[in-house]
Amino acid sequence: MTAARRDVAIVAFAQTDHARRTDDLSEVEMLMPVLHDVLRQAGLRASDIGFTCSGSSDYLAGRAFSFTMALDGVGAWPPITESHVETDGAWALYEAWVKLLTGEADTALVYAYGKSSPGSVRDVLTRQLDPYYVAPLWPDSVALAALQARALIDAGDTDERALAAVAARSRRDAAANPHAQLPGARPQGDHVVAPLRTGDCPPVGDGAAAVILAAGDRARALCPRPAWITGMDHRVEAHSLGVRDLTDSPSTRLAARRAGAFDPDAARPVDTAELHAPFTSQEVVLRKALRLGADVRVNPSGGALAANPVMAAGLIRLGEAAARIHRGASDRALAHATSGPCLQQNLVAVLEGDHR
Amino acid sequence: MSAASTAGTAKEPVAVVGIGQTKHVAARRDVSIAGLVREAARRALDDAESTWADIDAVVIGKAPDFFEGVMMPELYLADALGAVGKPMLRVHTAGSVGGSTALVAANLVAARVHRTVLTLAFEKQSESNAMWGLSLPVPFQQPLLAGAGGFFAPHVRAYMRRTGAPDTIGSLVAYKDRRNALKNPYAHLHEHDITLEKVQSSPMLWDPIRYSETCPSSDGACAMVLTDRAGAARSPRPPAWMLGGAMRSEPTLFAGKDFVSPRAGRDCAADVYRQAGITDPRRQIDAVEMYVPFSWYEPMWLENLGFAEEGEGWKLTEAGVTEIDGDLPVNPSGGVLSTNPIGASGMIRFAEAALQVRGQAGEHQIEGARTALGHAYGGGAQFFSMWLVGDRPPTA
Repeated sequence: MTAARRDVAIVAFAQTDHARRTDDLSEVEMLMPVLHDVLRQAGLRASDIGFTCSGSSDYLAGRAFSFTMALDGVGAWPPITESHVETDGAWALYEAWVKLLTGEADTALVYAYGKSSPGSVRDVLTRQLDPYYVAPLWPDSVALAALQARALIDAGDTDERALAAVAARSRRDAAANPHAQLPGARPQGDHVVAPLRTGDCPPVGDGAAAVILAAGDRARALCPRPAWITGMDHRVEAHSLGVRDLTDSPSTRLAARRAGAFDPDAARPVDTAELHAPFTSQEVVLRKALRLGADVRVNPSGGALAANPVMAAGLIRLGEAAARIHRGASDRALAHATSGPCLQQNLVAVLEGDHR
Repeated sequence: MSAASTAGTAKEPVAVVGIGQTKHVAARRDVSIAGLVREAARRALDDAESTWADIDAVVIGKAPDFFEGVMMPELYLADALGAVGKPMLRVHTAGSVGGSTALVAANLVAARVHRTVLTLAFEKQSESNAMWGLSLPVPFQQPLLAGAGGFFAPHVRAYMRRTGAPDTIGSLVAYKDRRNALKNPYAHLHEHDITLEKVQSSPMLWDPIRYSETCPSSDGACAMVLTDRAGAARSPRPPAWMLGGAMRSEPTLFAGKDFVSPRAGRDCAADVYRQAGITDPRRQIDAVEMYVPFSWYEPMWLENLGFAEEGEGWKLTEAGVTEIDGDLPVNPSGGVLSTNPIGASGMIRFAEAALQVRGQAGEHQIEGARTALGHAYGGGAQFFSMWLVGDRPPTA
């Protein structure tokens, strides 16, 4: 696009301490402290927000219109301008970004939440497969990821030792992340579904996250070093695993290109990438698609291998990348989110901090 | 948000150049979910004389995933909607979702992120039972509050008490909408033998709402092709131009909530009218496609949307003002009372409004319609989305 775009930035980010179970909390009770935290960081009240957008799933909550309860927690009175996506909150952030680009709002609150603990998330996620030909077979999310990992190993792109190294690095980095569910080293363990071992799989847990977006001078007023979204795009692939090359992610590559991640004229190189790779093998795919070299710090938060609250984990990648820019640990970062089986749908954002 | 509107570059005008619907029926057993959505998308593309290659992004909406028993069905529908390699976004804002989906798609064009966007909403209700899909399990809700009718009936009763409207008003709306549906080949219910007496003697479902005053359960999809100024210039048929669009939400339950005329609905309409320069909606708007799932919501929304003073909405209905040949035709398509694929119903309202100003509404065309309002609501009368379309582009 040639037309001058509004500058929009992530100015605040908050998340829960992700946990295996939160039996004592409803979704809205889990979310409320995060909303208060993110508003406090930006020095805003709920009534200051121009647009609100959230991401969540009725299938995790086990009830229709589950997002309406969360809205009660937001305090939508007087009435607010608000929308919801039935997917990871990263796409809610995308919708909010577009809203700010139109000029109809200057600030946006984006939040996402998911509780996997009440059910078996491996089985729940089978319900998002082709309802006629695949879902009746109940192939679970670990089994499908294992197919992908096997394809990668067969193609010579990785091996079990390299996957174990991804797991170890992620959990080691997570030791510095107070919100991580699995901080510090964990044994690789036995195969869950070969070739994936326990350590190659994400923890199952509950969590919520929220970010605040702001445009132009508003962003500068709310945050000493806003994380400017210099580009963002998302792409979807075919649903049937049989027609995809599972060792590659053309949708990630295309989204990254459209977001400017490969811009040869960029003044500063990408120094950080927060990748939404719930399985170690998927980091291998994403590194290849995003052409990340050894000089890029990947998932300093520990990534989804350290905490994977479904529907919030993608938004958390955007938040973590932005938070590093906020505190001066990064100048130019990639953030990635995924949805669907074996990285079917992917979103890439390029975030930059002002020159110091 | 006056400060915001001056901060950015002016928005790109958004035009509707293609509209497609399926013939809505109780059960489309001849097609899969993918087949259903593709049929509507194909018709919208044909109407725009476009191909899949002309589409930059797809924005899809539907009501709760439990209605079909498929979690995030857009993932599986990516192929059927030609979305592979493109951005695809799934919106879910309860019953207002069809309208919200169109507005999210319109924003992609308005923000100049994309030039041409396919937006689609659907529901294949025959895959499950919507009434129980909407009924929360104990202990979240008392067991007798089954379905949407159980939720809304007390608010209808409150309207009747508040305004003193005669008991018959609801049946007039149902009788009108079902007759209008006879002029719309895509409408689900085609009750050729409908009479006012039949409506008034139909079984009482949720007092005061009778069977014939409720919406059906439908399988159906609706799609639109939205594009920018350059796209509209290539349009083979007259485009409809978006002159205003807004969403508003408020909580489900709180002390002081006005279920009869929710403030979110009033605020949403006021925002749309401000954007479109409408100061007297009754005079300046030529046709209304309003989300009326239970007959009494017509007079209720007439007041909420500013077409009548408080307490006066039922008088417009009683006087025939909202008939297809009245001076404020409401739901010339037959409305939600004749067709209700829930997730698509809001988009059908938006699309029918666009058909009117394009002069493409066929037998239910309002002669000379130049501005039309599309309206949707959902949840506990708490989510609202609306757009106003016209036969010429916005002037600002």
